[in-house]
Amino acid sequence: MNIPLQNLAEPYVLEDNDRGTFRVNRRAFVDPAVLAQERSKIFDCSWLYLAHESELSKPGDFLTRAVGGRELLFVRDNDGVPRAFYNTCPHRGALVCREKRGKEKLFTCMYHAWTFDLQGKLVQRPEAERYSAAAQDGMHDLVPVAQLDDYRGLYFVNFDPDSADLVTYLAGTTEYIDLTMDHSEVAMEIVQGDQEYGFQANWKLLAENSFDSYHGLPTHATYFDYIMAAGGQLGESLTGLSEPKDLGNGHAVIEYGAPWGRPIAKPVAAWGEEGAKECAAILARLTERFGKERAERIAYNNFNMVIFPNFVINNIMAITLRTFFPDLPDRQRVKAWTLAPVDESEAMRERRLYNFLEFLGPGGFATPDDCEALKLCQQGYSNLAGAGWNDISKGMGQSETISNDEEQMRIFWREWDRRMAAAER
Amino acid sequence: MTLSVTRADVEDLLYLEASLLDAWKLDEWLDLFEQGASYWVPPAGSSDDVEPSTTLFYIADDWFRLTERVKRLGKRTAHVEFPKSRCRHMVTNVRLVNGTDEAFYATSNFVTYRTKASVTETYLGHHIYTMAFVDRAIRIRHKISFLDTDDIYDQGKVSIII
Ligand code: FES
Ligand SMILES: [Fe+2]
Repeated sequence: MNIPLQNLAEPYVLEDNDRGTFRVNRRAFVDPAVLAQERSKIFDCSWLYLAHESELSKPGDFLTRAVGGRELLFVRDNDGVPRAFYNTCPHRGALVCREKRGKEKLFTCMYHAWTFDLQGKLVQRPEAERYSAAAQDGMHDLVPVAQLDDYRGLYFVNFDPDSADLVTYLAGTTEYIDLTMDHSEVAMEIVQGDQEYGFQANWKLLAENSFDSYHGLPTHATYFDYIMAAGGQLGESLTGLSEPKDLGNGHAVIEYGAPWGRPIAKPVAAWGEEGAKECAAILARLTERFGKERAERIAYNNFNMVIFPNFVINNIMAITLRTFFPDLPDRQRVKAWTLAPVDESEAMRERRLYNFLEFLGPGGFATPDDCEALKLCQQGYSNLAGAGWNDISKGMGQSETISNDEEQMRIFWREWDRRMAAAER
Repeated sequence: MTLSVTRADVEDLLYLEASLLDAWKLDEWLDLFEQGASYWVPPAGSSDDVEPSTTLFYIADDWFRLTERVKRLGKRTAHVEFPKSRCRHMVTNVRLVNGTDEAFYATSNFVTYRTKASVTETYLGHHIYTMAFVDRAIRIRHKISFLDTDDIYDQGKVSIII
């Protein structure tokens, strides 16, 4: 069957194992009707990353955050229980909390001054006696999101009360979350400093890009120039592994070795004798805790993981957590953080942050070029009617796939296609 | 302990800096800095006392990385700035704060416009400079560019020197 190169209609995904080709219809990146379906068939019924436990360390700590197209209020109540509410007043709908983060005993809506406790209960309102005592119980309280749960300190929400539990959803990704959280035997924390930025590109382009190692050399040539200029900073990769893995439910990971230093226990020359000594001590302790094999995997192996649909954990020259959400087919808001052991030394924290900024973030030597690449792809899709298909075939028909192939993206797209093909909910 | 420079001297330097950045003369721009100088851009909305050792910045360049940033931006492979964006740096509200010839402080407000492919992005905020008066010339020792916005949703990146 020959598929015309110009294609405005379905299907979205064309996998041909005989020919070893995998193509995605560019309409998936530009059509507002596709975005509307993604909202209902994907974002409204998937576990979406909200926050890390360290962001609410004490009772009364709160943060507000947009997740999956909703405005949420995440708060730790007086018993220490984290709770996620829709940040909207049950009276007329105003956002109840207007600060990004802080500490409160009560939340008072500015409009008519309804006041809620940390469990979302209405505790006070002006002229309360003018309300019927028969009003339905709870209808004047803040509305909690349907499901909130955490895995090793990573809190996720699900707006669908019928979705399976978080651990079932996370499937094979828990192995990699464990490998990350095991960096510390005390706890991990989000380092102060949120990176919140926008990309003029469809959200799925960033999902692909987050574990696309094929683009590394051409797109990030200046980063590798920089690493070379740093001379001694270019180390051994210490592992021959280069592997994509299907983690279930549309999640995938690539695990591989790389020349950069890892601020856990893979030093580079620039860290000096002090850094090497510290890394050796960390590796020794990891070995005591987990045995040699797992300790070295934690220390040396890099991984880029996309938890379907929009949460990325890249455990590379630093650990980045990243989530993104489409405002429009060609516009997305990105939020990124870095995660670190609470108990690491000041020197290691500095190395970690220095390492992060070399490559990552809106001012790094790499991410701005990803921003450009994704924008150019999106602009290219204006040719949809004449040139309608993306190619994601690399590695098909080979005896083994490597992390520089595109199998991890195909895993993402198969799940995306499966969800989109399901009947309207 | 004297301070021999005036606000007008500082303004001259800052306007020269802006014109070099507008013209993409980054090597000459780097010459305005002392050896060992540093350049920081903290996350949007940060307070003035923020530190890159404990907070994740957008940019926290020491001298080595600052010189590498200048080299990078000169290359075609700095894709985000190829073809080069058109920039215009506006500098106002210049104040010479205090100090001596060995180290003094200056602040300014800024608006930087960056245009590429028909889209104009605006960066706005304030700078805090540490400077020194050495061999009858002012040299920048440390520059911090604070973005006075909530985030960089509209800009997406900090790919230029702001
Ligand atoms: S809208 Fe909140 S009290 Fe009226
Ligand atoms: Fe990249």
